[in-house]
Amino acid sequence: MTQALEAKQVSKRFGEFTALEEMSIQVPAGSIFGLLGPNGAGKTTLIRIINQITLPDSGAVFLNGEPLQPKHIKDIGYLPEERGLYKSMRVGEQAMYLAQLKGLSKKEANQRLKYWFDKFEITHWWDKKIQELSKGMAQKVQFIVTVLHQPKLLIFDEPFSGFDPINANVIKDEILQLRDEGATVIFSTHRMESVEELCDHMALLNRSKKILDGKVSDIKKAYKSNTFEVGLHSDNQEALAGELAQKFKVTPAYFKTIDEQLKLNITLDASANSNDLLGYLASKSKIVRFNEVIPTVNEIFIKTISENE
Amino acid sequence: MNNLPLIIKREFISRVRNKTFIIMTFLSPLILIGMIGVISWLTTLNNDEIREIALVDETGKFIQDFKNTENVRYLDYSKLSLNDAKDSVVIKKLYGLLYIPLKSTNAELSKAIQFYAEDSPNLSVINPIEDLIATKLTNQNFEKEGFDLTTIENSRAKVNIQIENFTGEKTSKMSNYVKMFFGGAAGYLLFMFIIIYGNMVMRSVIEEKSNRIIEIIISSVKPMQLMMGKILGTSFAGMLQFLIWVILGGVLLLITSSLFEVSPSPVASGAAIDAVQSNSNEIGLLLQDILRLPLIFLVCLFFVYFVGGYFLYSSIYAAIGAAVDSETDSQQFMLPVLIPLMLGIYVGFFSVIENPHGTVSTIFSMIPLTSPVVMLMRIPFGVPWYEIVISVLILFGSVIFMTWFAGRIYRVGILMYGKKASYKEIWKWLKY
Repeated sequence: MTQALEAKQVSKRFGEFTALEEMSIQVPAGSIFGLLGPNGAGKTTLIRIINQITLPDSGAVFLNGEPLQPKHIKDIGYLPEERGLYKSMRVGEQAMYLAQLKGLSKKEANQRLKYWFDKFEITHWWDKKIQELSKGMAQKVQFIVTVLHQPKLLIFDEPFSGFDPINANVIKDEILQLRDEGATVIFSTHRMESVEELCDHMALLNRSKKILDGKVSDIKKAYKSNTFEVGLHSDNQEALAGELAQKFKVTPAYFKTIDEQLKLNITLDASANSNDLLGYLASKSKIVRFNEVIPTVNEIFIKTISENE
Repeated sequence: MNNLPLIIKREFISRVRNKTFIIMTFLSPLILIGMIGVISWLTTLNNDEIREIALVDETGKFIQDFKNTENVRYLDYSKLSLNDAKDSVVIKKLYGLLYIPLKSTNAELSKAIQFYAEDSPNLSVINPIEDLIATKLTNQNFEKEGFDLTTIENSRAKVNIQIENFTGEKTSKMSNYVKMFFGGAAGYLLFMFIIIYGNMVMRSVIEEKSNRIIEIIISSVKPMQLMMGKILGTSFAGMLQFLIWVILGGVLLLITSSLFEVSPSPVASGAAIDAVQSNSNEIGLLLQDILRLPLIFLVCLFFVYFVGGYFLYSSIYAAIGAAVDSETDSQQFMLPVLIPLMLGIYVGFFSVIENPHGTVSTIFSMIPLTSPVVMLMRIPFGVPWYEIVISVLILFGSVIFMTWFAGRIYRVGILMYGKKASYKEIWKWLKY
């Protein structure tokens, strides 16, 4: 698979403080890549280096195999976490200005803006001043400006913050559509459920270093522990629980049901077969729930970060 | 991808479209004229006030010499004793009391005359009184010594030095004041322009930073480009404003000068017409002096020094704007900027007017932080061309250095949020 973006051993120091140390990531073309990490891990610095806002002290960044150059700015669309617009400028003028800064001609910018404004049904905002819009409305304008010049690489830093669920969904669909049209997307976020939902690749950063990366499915496979969540109906639940606890590694499980059940997480040895467990449980009780516990990105995140502390 | 013209255009339009700019541009000339009007009206109001002065002349020799004038009326209180006179002056709230005691010799008398007043009396009141008594006593002394007064009067020589420069142009004594006025006005205007427009640059930087739009802009524009675009766009707005003022000023000058020619009204008496004519002669001379000034040269150099001084200071202002989070935080950095500017104004108003080509004036018209103001003040007095060239070269050299220097602070500062910048912190940024 070709890499849309590749960072090779990028380091950046600000005085005494090390923001990035020997950071290497690979973002496959056409993927949605999650860049995760706690505050201060170095995500923003890495993104700024990709956007050529700051220069790395050492290491190099390649866009589609080429070393990063000023001309690449128009191939990247960047929606920063800290974002805003000129308050006293009109929406249309401002969008035109930002589009032209990305190298679009006046005519192109105008046409494409008309298209997006129609799509989002916000044409009547054109002559309004930004200060008359709500935060969510301004975010929509910013999203349009980010994708307007049809960049091959899109970088979104917390794209859903400030959106209500309906608009967040609209934006999510747009991002997926852009990916389907061939764009590569990098997400930087704390919201694990959006990573879960959207990302196929991810990298986890902590304290200026990368501690984990790869395909989301591969990472999940690596982190699963052959644990099964079961719900059982039995006449004597306490006796059954005691019996199972002797035979297997058991922890209580928590999930919602409409009736009384024995809820357990049962962890098997790596070599053990789940069918054997299923057969054993079937002989002892009525099985109403049986599924493998796959760790969420959130769990992996917390686990790896705390292991690295 | 050259985005500079785009940025300049946006900055220029957002400055010019601002309501404050429009009001300032068209209203401030009117305010200025209004202020001049109010001041001259207040002065005439002051002159209309009649001051009443009581006289207690124990000698009886001086009383007939005090003639009432437009503003001063003398009242004879000689029949009262000094103490009674004092009391009645206080009760009647007169301006003051002049007491001329009876002394045996003029020498004694000249030291014994007293003036009593509630407030310390105005010199314009005291001087004529002193002159009058002194002349009278001098004449008495001459007569006592046997000199003939008419002979003395006739032998008095009057000298009026004709001032002419080496190229043969005659100048009136007023011309120095005219030069001072124009130099001072140009210097002061430049000072105001630098502060106003420098502040605009700073505020626009802070706006982008506190709005967080800077992150979006900076992903498509180099910080240096953004800073230069900002400074240039704002400077064009400043030049436009100045140009409008020059045009408005020119039109107003034409209107007032045409008004002056029709001013002698038909009902005025002959004396009044004479007065007006001699007045208009003076005004004519004054106009001649003004026109003899290198006005176009002055306006051109105003532009040159405005551009230089403005670039120098506004790049500092831009760096300050980038270093702080809000306008209130900018105060600690403002003082070092304002001090050299204020110094320029003080040197201009005290040193240049005293001695336009003295060492202090020359040095300060070379130092880039003060040269725009000081040199503009010197120019009406005639400055050798090579001094102007050197001063402009130094200025623009420093501009290049300062924009580079400010650019380095700006580039780091605009992306630093919520960090209170200190001088130490900023010093570190230079090395990032």
